[in-house]
Amino acid sequence: MAQTLAEKIWADHAVTELDGGATLLYIDRVFLHERTGSIALKGLEAAGRSVREPGQVFCTMDHIVDTFPGRGDETRMPGGRAFITTTREAARAAGIHLFDIGDPDQGIVHVVSPEQGIALPGTTLVCPDSHTGTVGALGALAWGIGSTEAEHAMATKTLAVNRPRQMRVSFEGTLPFGVTAKDMILALIGRHTAAGGVGYVVEFAGAAVRALEMEARFTLCNMAVEFGAFSGLVAPDEKTFAYVEGRPFAPKGALWAEALEHWQGLHSDEGARFDREIHIDAASIVPQVTWGTSPQHEIPVDGDIPDPSAEADGNRRKAMERALEYMGLSPGRPLAGTPIDAAFIGSCTNSRLSDLRAAAAVLRGRRVAEGVRAICVPGSSRVKAAAEAEGLDRVFTEAGFEWRESGCSMCFFAGGESFGRGERVITSTNRNFENRQGPGTRSHLASPATVAASALAGRIADVRDYAREGT
Amino acid sequence: MNMTPFRRHRGIAAPLVRINIDTDAIIPSREMKRVSKEGLGEGLFANWRYSDVATREENPDFVLNRGPFREASILLGGVNFGCGSSREHAVWALAVLGIRAVVAPSFGSIFYGNCVRNGILPVRLDEGAIAAMASRLEATPGGELTIDLPGQVLIADDGSEYAFDIDATDKEMLLEGLDQIALTLRHDDAIHAFMARDREARPWIYSLPSPRTPGS
Repeated sequence: MAQTLAEKIWADHAVTELDGGATLLYIDRVFLHERTGSIALKGLEAAGRSVREPGQVFCTMDHIVDTFPGRGDETRMPGGRAFITTTREAARAAGIHLFDIGDPDQGIVHVVSPEQGIALPGTTLVCPDSHTGTVGALGALAWGIGSTEAEHAMATKTLAVNRPRQMRVSFEGTLPFGVTAKDMILALIGRHTAAGGVGYVVEFAGAAVRALEMEARFTLCNMAVEFGAFSGLVAPDEKTFAYVEGRPFAPKGALWAEALEHWQGLHSDEGARFDREIHIDAASIVPQVTWGTSPQHEIPVDGDIPDPSAEADGNRRKAMERALEYMGLSPGRPLAGTPIDAAFIGSCTNSRLSDLRAAAAVLRGRRVAEGVRAICVPGSSRVKAAAEAEGLDRVFTEAGFEWRESGCSMCFFAGGESFGRGERVITSTNRNFENRQGPGTRSHLASPATVAASALAGRIADVRDYAREGT
Repeated sequence: MNMTPFRRHRGIAAPLVRINIDTDAIIPSREMKRVSKEGLGEGLFANWRYSDVATREENPDFVLNRGPFREASILLGGVNFGCGSSREHAVWALAVLGIRAVVAPSFGSIFYGNCVRNGILPVRLDEGAIAAMASRLEATPGGELTIDLPGQVLIADDGSEYAFDIDATDKEMLLEGLDQIALTLRHDDAIHAFMARDREARPWIYSLPSPRTPGS
């Protein structure tokens, strides 16, 4: 019978079918970080259980650690140091691999995991972090879980999972100039809501997805959870295999050849049945920016802030009214041109080398507007080193950006830092929730290039006015 | 660790019917102060519940600060309740405040799983039914709902009954209050058999460099 990609990976990992209807799935890799992973490791220890395959469990420091140059275990977050030291001690006791502070391979979990070749095509990978679906871009089945489930995955090498429904989102055609994977996923969520994917595993397909480089595919899958999906994934192809080959934890030699042969079959079969299909014309997408407090509150950068009175659904209307009040915006006005206080480039969504290059292409030789605080936080220490090797750090700092060590940083409260009350921030992150980036902080999600252009303008700007064709 | 089983519960329900209530709202990052599942009650809905988070001065308009709703053990929510971050702290914080069930049209999937693993029953119910109950509860605070898990039925304050669906595995976990690791280890032979087969089928999964931990 014709199968979807997700069904194939599911079948490859089905240990047994449970009486209740869930499947006991084999978990290839577990990744942890110091905020939720520390609790999972301690919980396991308290229950007198051990990690079944420590060699297949990994941990990084990203959620609590600060990102100032010269950092150590101290952080501005009250009580933060205990998360770091507890994680280190628990990782050592469990015998798992830790990407610690100061390690040249440290970074944000979903950046490190593919960068190191830990997430591979066809694998199952879980992490007590909602953006784990990021690595589905490799053709893996990867999803976020709670700390209790992380204990379960480590102790048993399995998880009991209810089978999600199957959705395919096809982006056909070609993306216009200045439009990125971030704009694709925001457009999807804007059109189909933040709950549009609830209960589904979503395969991203179509010519515009195949045309994306690997790093952009990570961005696309990263925000599948903001669409409400169990996870997102992309069928692996030659770009995927070229990306994975030679990475530290990727298979080598004869095992590489064997793995590659297996991976060639990882695609949805002709005639595979999807419970839902969505088609989007890539040419119809323009740079997107959010105006409200849910990723579904997004519009084209050249659009007007929507009027709640035009919304028929009462609960959605109330959410829009509440969001406008929180954001300090009025309906019917253009969003572009709204003055900003800060610009942030970072997070598991958009902090990879290609993201930094895209922002740097806009910033090169220009200066951030007076009074705008601008920060760039590379996704991993490797990304930071690679960016510095090609001089991108200087482009950022000469433009007036702070250049930081790697971590989650001001995507939320990582390192104990946040933006101020009422401050308006254009940000390459994934969540514009109330108070997410600081108490009363107003967040506008956008692509790194749009963030860069807005930082220069001092107001929400259309990157197409700033980007240079051919760069 | 075993959790409190959920069979039948009757309690005051509080309406918090907003769409897309995210786990950052349920427990903000800055309220997760220790490497612990404990002590999270104070941080629950901190940005909504307090007019001044620093002094913990209560916001009198927030539903859980109003009269009988202080004793609520059931929350009525909107579409996509518990979306966002995977933080299980959201569920631990709800449990401290005595919340036993959350009723919403749909849930963030990680939050849903976290509820089930901590003895909180997530009930998926039609948006219209929730709206009707919410407006009655707003008009007459203190109304009680009864939720019967074996029968999969919610009995509203006015006596109307609503059937709800739940996956059998989740239902069993809640009914028995069982530790899922212990349940799974009943299948340990199958897990070992799978691993033996899998080592042959996908040897590259098992060929990894030795773990590197500082100080080890």
